[in-house]
Amino acid sequence: MNFLLKQMKNIEPLFKKGGRFEKLHSVYDGFATFLFVPDKVTSRGAHIRDYMDMKRTMIIVVLALMPALLFGCYNIGLQHTRAFGINDWTLMHMFWFGFLKLLPMIIVSYLVGLGIEFVAAQIRGHEINEGYLVTGMLIPLIMPIDVPLWMVAVSVAFAVIIGKEIFGGTGMNVLNPALTARAFLFFSYPGWMTGDAIWIEGLVKGGGLDGFSGATPLAVAKLEGMANMPSAMEMFIGTIPGSVGETSVVAILIGAFILLVTGVGSWRIMLSMTLGALGMGLLLNATGGNEYTQIPAYYHLIMGGFAFGTVFMATDPVTAAQTNTGKYIYGALTGILVVIIRVFNPAYPEGTMLAILLMNVMAPLIDHYVVNANIRRRLKRVTTA
Amino acid sequence: MSTLIKLRKGLNIKLAGKAEKILLPEVEVTRFGVRFADFPGLVARLDVQEGDRVMAGSVLFHDKACPEIKYVSPVSGVVREITRGEKRVLREVVIDQQGTEKVDFGVADPLSLSREEVTDKLLKSGIWPVLRQRPYHVVAKPGAVPRDIFISAFDTAPLAPDIDFVMSNTHGGHLQTGINALSRLTDGRIHISQEAGGSRAAGMKSLQNVEVHYFKGPHPAGNVGVQIHHIAPVSKGELVWTLDLQDVVAIGRLFNTGLHDRERIIALAGPGVNHRKYHRIRPGASVSGILKGNLMEGNYRVISGNVLTGKTISPEGSFGFYDNMVTVIPEGNYHELFGWATPGLKKFSYWRTFLSKLIPGREYEMDTNLHGGNRAFVVTGHYENVLPMDIYPIHLIKAIMAGDIELMENLGIYEVAEEDFALCEYIDPSKTEIQEIIRSGINLMIKEMN
Repeated sequence: MNFLLKQMKNIEPLFKKGGRFEKLHSVYDGFATFLFVPDKVTSRGAHIRDYMDMKRTMIIVVLALMPALLFGCYNIGLQHTRAFGINDWTLMHMFWFGFLKLLPMIIVSYLVGLGIEFVAAQIRGHEINEGYLVTGMLIPLIMPIDVPLWMVAVSVAFAVIIGKEIFGGTGMNVLNPALTARAFLFFSYPGWMTGDAIWIEGLVKGGGLDGFSGATPLAVAKLEGMANMPSAMEMFIGTIPGSVGETSVVAILIGAFILLVTGVGSWRIMLSMTLGALGMGLLLNATGGNEYTQIPAYYHLIMGGFAFGTVFMATDPVTAAQTNTGKYIYGALTGILVVIIRVFNPAYPEGTMLAILLMNVMAPLIDHYVVNANIRRRLKRVTTA
Repeated sequence: MSTLIKLRKGLNIKLAGKAEKILLPEVEVTRFGVRFADFPGLVARLDVQEGDRVMAGSVLFHDKACPEIKYVSPVSGVVREITRGEKRVLREVVIDQQGTEKVDFGVADPLSLSREEVTDKLLKSGIWPVLRQRPYHVVAKPGAVPRDIFISAFDTAPLAPDIDFVMSNTHGGHLQTGINALSRLTDGRIHISQEAGGSRAAGMKSLQNVEVHYFKGPHPAGNVGVQIHHIAPVSKGELVWTLDLQDVVAIGRLFNTGLHDRERIIALAGPGVNHRKYHRIRPGASVSGILKGNLMEGNYRVISGNVLTGKTISPEGSFGFYDNMVTVIPEGNYHELFGWATPGLKKFSYWRTFLSKLIPGREYEMDTNLHGGNRAFVVTGHYENVLPMDIYPIHLIKAIMAGDIELMENLGIYEVAEEDFALCEYIDPSKTEIQEIIRSGINLMIKEMN
């Protein structure tokens, strides 16, 4: 450790102002603070500070994503064997297959995203923000496995530059960057983000079993009717086609548990969003309308990206409502919107991404009204006194 | 009639190094100092020069905007030097103690005096600056009549002295005289907030002319601003005054003995001192007296006040005007390998991401390391948990950063002081200097409203 610290200090002058690698200062700083918590002490205000920092906050979320990621790897292999009629793969084999397919996507996501973050930090003279540690892991998990890597790279660049940096970087963005990346691909290259083949490794190129459809349960429900949908148990466990990390509700719930126990994720949003979707689903069950309204309400919670979006996307503290009361409203409305888009929109089978993005835009408005209520309480005191 | 107010929000920081309840007599020191930074917003005009002889109670400087407010010497002696900082900003008037001459301001029964007479006596004796006002948490303006006066009779800050122990070693008669003097200054009430269960100190039990309130809850329940918010909040256009309980005693002493004598009982606490006890000391006295032979070996920071709101001073520095404790904690200028990723069994935290949360009741050593780098606000919903007021902390802070006067006013700037936000600053993973932002907001309000 001392050796490492000494080496680090030795090369530090090179990155300081006037040093040879001055332009790489933010990169040096990023790596140095990753290795060592800096020796900076408090100079103003409270003399002691909590050990919690942004790195720890973000790493907790990344940790919470691990179950979904690991299951996703396995499921990539599993779906591949089903589509191509492979019978002799072991569990490890399937996992390894999926891992090797997913790894390049993760690498591309981090390389492009962190690269832009380093440049942005250097231009602004700030320290590197850790926000992308989470975003960079989220993006591969909400992509179809067969999406080309260059598309991942382009969407990451779009999300980080247009979705985040032009607003001032982490903490200032209006839209969830990971969902911005997905929405960008969704509208730019719809052929690669929707359909039946894209969700399963290798199926786009053809060669799958005759009659095998790689459609997600949501698409099945929409196109073929409920009778052909996978069982609720299968959807809950996650052995179904879909984006890499979104299929297994079990794995996502483990992540949710980590976020809730540590207090990093907002239980208010998770709870209200689930209740919102469930309530809307039950309402549609009662009123009817089209065939889709008859899907059992709880199916909405285990189909598609709802669970993943609720736990990891809607709870992003920067883009969600920031007041506690606002979080209930924001969550509930998001949940309701997910179901409405799913059931009534003829174009897209899935509504989670668009519902969350729309509510990201609405969140400041919700907060505005919540804060205004506080202001009115305070003004009332003056007038009644 | 008294009420019990229960607060759930807040946080008790379990810092190790509480002071033992043993009271030591005043230690003789020769160096005294009055620091200008103890009075935020003050523009001072000096009344003495280096080399001047002063008595205990002689005027050292006064407020430029309000010349009646005088700041006096705590001891008799010679003005050794007047130190200045950058841009020749006044820093401290340093006095070498010599002799024991005291200015006599005359004995009087405050209840027989008029409001003007009481005010005049407090101003002349230089004890006036112990009165501070909300809004703004600055020295009160003479001439104004506050709606109420608030006194906090307990302190919940980390390692704070037990006020009950302090009061049981204090002259109860002075306390009542002080209350009587204050009662001449307001048409409203004098509110005293005690910890739930009430005080055991003799002088506290039989107080007259006050309204007693009981508070239960973690820090910052002992902050007078929080107490005001729950008893009778300060709205726009209203004015209340606050002061420390031991300064009520000092006011009483002034009327009973005619002397400016703010001797107080303070706690010497923290992991950096060997003998953590209670001491008698006068504000301005060099802390070298109580720290002599008492500091641990190594790199430590001496703080006049508590670890959340106190000021860093040198081991010879002057004890602050408003403080009630001295804390010594280790400096944190070290690198920690992967410090942000450790399980955190020995790291106290507000956050449940540290295993230390699983072990209740333990006390922890803490140092001055920032434990991270400065970032934009990301996390939400937690700052509210340590601020027991109906105020949206982040929205107020952002309004201040944007310089939006009207919004600051609407969001409650009149009710707060930087100390109320100290815990928000402590828990902040983005390491924002929140207390400084709050003070800059208050300064902006003062500038804009006058």
